[in-house]
This record gives sequence, C-alpha cells and structure tokens, in this order.
Amino acid sequence: MANLANRAVIADVLMKRAATDSEIVVLCSDSRGSAALDPFFETYPKQAVEVGIAEQDLVGMSAGLAACGKKAVAVSPASFLATRSYEQARVDCAYSDTNVILVGISGGVSYGELGMTHQSAQDIAALAAVPNMRVYLPSDQHQTRKLMNALLDDEKCAYVRVGRSVVPDVYAEDDCPFELNRANVLREGSDVALIATGELVHACLEAAKALEAEGISTTVVDMYCVKPLDEEAVLRAAKGAKVVLTAEEAAPFGGLGSMVAQVVGEKCPRPMKTLALPDAPVKTGTKAQIFARYGLDAAGIAKRAKEFLAAAK
Amino acid sequence: MMRPLEELEQLRWPLRQQALDMVYNGKTGHLGGDFSVIDALIVLYFRHLNMSPEQQDDANRDRFLLSKGHAVEAFYAVLAEAGFIDVKDVIKNYAKDGSPYIGHPNHGIPGIEMNTGSLGHGLPIACGMALAAKMDELSYRTYCFMGDGELAEGSVWEGAMSGSNFALDNLCGLIDRNHLQISGDTEDVMKLDSLKERWEAFGWHVVECDGNDLSALDAAFTEAENTKGQPTMIIANTVKGYGSPLMENKAGWHHQVPNAEQYETIKGELKARAEEVRNG
Repeated sequence: MANLANRAVIADVLMKRAATDSEIVVLCSDSRGSAALDPFFETYPKQAVEVGIAEQDLVGMSAGLAACGKKAVAVSPASFLATRSYEQARVDCAYSDTNVILVGISGGVSYGELGMTHQSAQDIAALAAVPNMRVYLPSDQHQTRKLMNALLDDEKCAYVRVGRSVVPDVYAEDDCPFELNRANVLREGSDVALIATGELVHACLEAAKALEAEGISTTVVDMYCVKPLDEEAVLRAAKGAKVVLTAEEAAPFGGLGSMVAQVVGEKCPRPMKTLALPDAPVKTGTKAQIFARYGLDAAGIAKRAKEFLAAAK
Repeated sequence: MMRPLEELEQLRWPLRQQALDMVYNGKTGHLGGDFSVIDALIVLYFRHLNMSPEQQDDANRDRFLLSKGHAVEAFYAVLAEAGFIDVKDVIKNYAKDGSPYIGHPNHGIPGIEMNTGSLGHGLPIACGMALAAKMDELSYRTYCFMGDGELAEGSVWEGAMSGSNFALDNLCGLIDRNHLQISGDTEDVMKLDSLKERWEAFGWHVVECDGNDLSALDAAFTEAENTKGQPTMIIANTVKGYGSPLMENKAGWHHQVPNAEQYETIKGELKARAEEVRNG
C-alpha cells in the first residue's frame, strides 16, 4: 500500500464507507483540497457540504445534520476548527451529544512556516477539557484507518487531529492492533516510560532504540486516545519504570502531559516530565526543524530522557 | 391539532402566568423575553408545528430550536400545554437543586431537540436540520427563534449565508424584535437598523409583523410555508414584557426576578388581560 498522509487516509476511509452508507455527510470550510477530499465531493456530491470559510457554521450545521440522523464529519484545519468553533464543539456537539466527528487537519506545527495563526498547539487541551468530547491523535496511517472506521461505527462525537505530511509507519498494514480507547504498548522497559501521542510516537520509538543502545531500558506507549486516557496503560508503564516522560506536539499545559501527570501523581508517583512545544509562539521552521529546536525529535527525546533519568537517580 | 386563534387568545395569559410562577418560585429567569416571544411560540406550536409527544421519534417531525434559550420559561409553559411535560412539576422544580429544568433548553426534557442558549448557535444548527430534510427528501420544516440582541453574534450571519446558499425554503427563522437587551436599547448597544434589508441582502424572504398579534403571526408563518426557493425570516416586532405594564419596555426586566409585591402586580395585570379576552 502506498504511504499516505493521515489526512489522505481519512479521505480514503470516507470514500469507501460512503459507498455503502448514505448517512455519512462530509462538511468542509473551504478546506476540501487540504483535506484530500476533492474526490469525495466529486463522487458523493449529495453527501458533501461546503460551507465556505465559516467554522462556527461548519460545526453548528454538522450538529444539526447529526441531530437528524446523519453521521457528520467536519473537516477543517485544526487551528481554526479547535478554537474558532470551540463553543460549537463544546455545546452543539458534546453537550447536545450529537454524532459529529471533528477532523482537525494540518494539526500541530504542520504549518510551521506560517506562524501561530495556523498552528494548533492548544487543541488537545481545549477539546479534552470538554465533557463528552473524545480526543484522538493517531500515530500513523494504519492506525488512522482503524480509528476512523471505529468512529464511524459509533454515535458519539470526537475530535481527531492529524498532520499534513506523510509520517513514518509505526505499524504495518497487517500488524496494527487496535481497540478503541486502549493505548498500545509498543515496547516495554524498566528505566524510562515514554508516553506519546500522534506523530511523536514514532520519534519516541526511535529514541527508545537509541536509549537501549546506551543501556537504558525504555517503555513506549502509543496513547492515541488522549481522551478517554487509557489510565491502565499509563499505570502499567509508570509502575515498571523509574521515570515517566510524555511527548506531544502541543503546548505544555493541559494536554497529554498534564493528564498523565494527574494519573501518575495520584496513583503511582514517579518523577515526571512533559516534552512539548513551548508556552510561546513557535519559532518558524519546517516541522522537522521545529521538533529539533524544541527537543521533540528522536535525538532530543533520547537526550532529555537520559538526563531526566540521571537526575532522578 | 390546529387550535382556533380565539382559543389561543385566551391561552396566552395563563401561559404567561405559568412562566411568571417558574421565575418567581425558581428565583431566576428571563421574564421580559418570555413575555415578548411567548405569543410566537403559542401560534407556532398550536397552529403550525407538526410535532407532538407522540411524534418525538418521528424522523419527519418538524424541528424547533429556541436559540434565544433564556426564554426557556415561556418554552416550558408551551411544551407543557402541548403535553410534553407537566407544568406543575416545572413550576415546583425549575432551577432547584439538581432539577432537570434548568435555565436554558436542554435535550433531556421531552420535546426539546438540542441544548441551546449560547446565543448565535441556533441558526447554523437549524440550517443543518433543514439541509438534512432536503437530503432525505422529507417534508418536515425547521424553525429557529432568535433574540434581536443575539444578531450581533457573527455565527448568526454565517448561518444566514448557508440558509440562502442551500435554498432552505423549509427553514423559518423568527427574530423577537423587542428592541431591548441587557444593557439597554439595541440601537444604542449595537445598531440593527435596516434589519429587513439586511436579511433580504443575505437572500432571505422577510416578513415583518406585530409579534404580539396572534393573527399577524399566524399569517407570517403561513407566508413562510408558502415561500419557495429561499428561507424566510420573520421579524416579529414585539414588546419586551408584553402583557405586564409593570415590565413592558424596561430593559431591567430582561432578567429581573419580581419580589412579592411585583409578583402580585404582574399576576393582576395578566388576570385583567385574560378577563378582557373573556369579555370580548
């Protein structure tokens, strides 16, 4: 199978599912090109809705469609979807319990060169704070496919954030264990526990290999389900390790790190560190340059994990 | 079941009394807006809306959204009259500790479609509902009532664009144009002049009517039903606090709770209006 960006996988899943499910309705806010949804709009025009550059209307209309039996999928850049229409997500989707899947594309620092206006560093914290809203950051194309299919099979709202570019595989097409809301433990070690979400899962796997080479035994957990957080997986990882680090392509407050810290602090205290973007506008660069700058690439994660482990001893 | 207008002329005073009882007993609420919009609710629910307790799961039921959700006491009174809920239960429990009858519409209450009250949300949701009917080739209509102060919310105008863009002639909005919001006259807070022209410019068919005249409201809803190719917006010119001279046209009654003396005054005023109707 061709290596696809997660956004393209979502478009592909929607195309395939719409072939047999006329209740699926896809809505875009002048974002169908970025979402790789042009083929969907051409193939299923009666199940495709273009609202123009109007994210509040996008999510409100999605909720109205869902309240009338549709499986509404609203696809828009994560930066705008998560915050411009935050109140519609909070009230019209989560509070009114409508079957809306919010897909935030070009998430995190996918638009690294475009500045903070186009980056979504606060989306995880914002959406995870809403009761009845689920938050998912799949780590690769295979998991994205399974996640989208699972979400189209249930009738609850969710926020899914994916990046713009192709990302390295964490799984294989025929080896992608998936259970909704259950994290995957990708490797187990006894020194460091790395709990990551989204595109940083792969970086953590690479970091774990580097740490292993230096004799540091490392657990890596793919917490694609930030909410509901798989507490059992967090505790299992923490209990087996001396220190816990989280990694996320997001601002440092209120996201995966904060949520894991609450669980670890209450139920299995360990020295804990959050690896994240800064609480400041991100300095311009490609995603790779930004990750390297802020220590979120494999080398940076390995270095900080090693230092943190040493300091904890 | 469509009820005669003569019957509704009598009904509108005791239903206001029920809203008053909810607010007085619950010690919170929005009586001014309740009293301005309740006539439109009565005409809609008892002469136009195809929705009854037996139809709650019918995919082809008409949909109603009270976007100006703070007028929920009027909504509860009308829902109770329509048989969805028990008005005595609402009056006893409204806004009480742990009550399901909260100060804005909640879909946990029979007859209420969505949680509303954060202003500016209703119209986009209503557009989605109306579009769903078009997609499914169902005949149901969707109604959305808004306040005039609410029109300052940008999302209203996003919904306005969608309504005409998708030619949602199964969608009917209504603006409770009472000219008052919390801070005072709407024209002093944020101008809404040329309101009819604004909506027409957004591609809507617009009907202006006396929003406290049941016959005029009835004709407006009928005109909306007969309008094809575009959605209709009814600008219902109302009086805030209508029916109670104590409250009429006073911004303070947006969310003021009457004291015992004021309660008795308003009660007397409503009783007098009811007697006027009875005496012809």
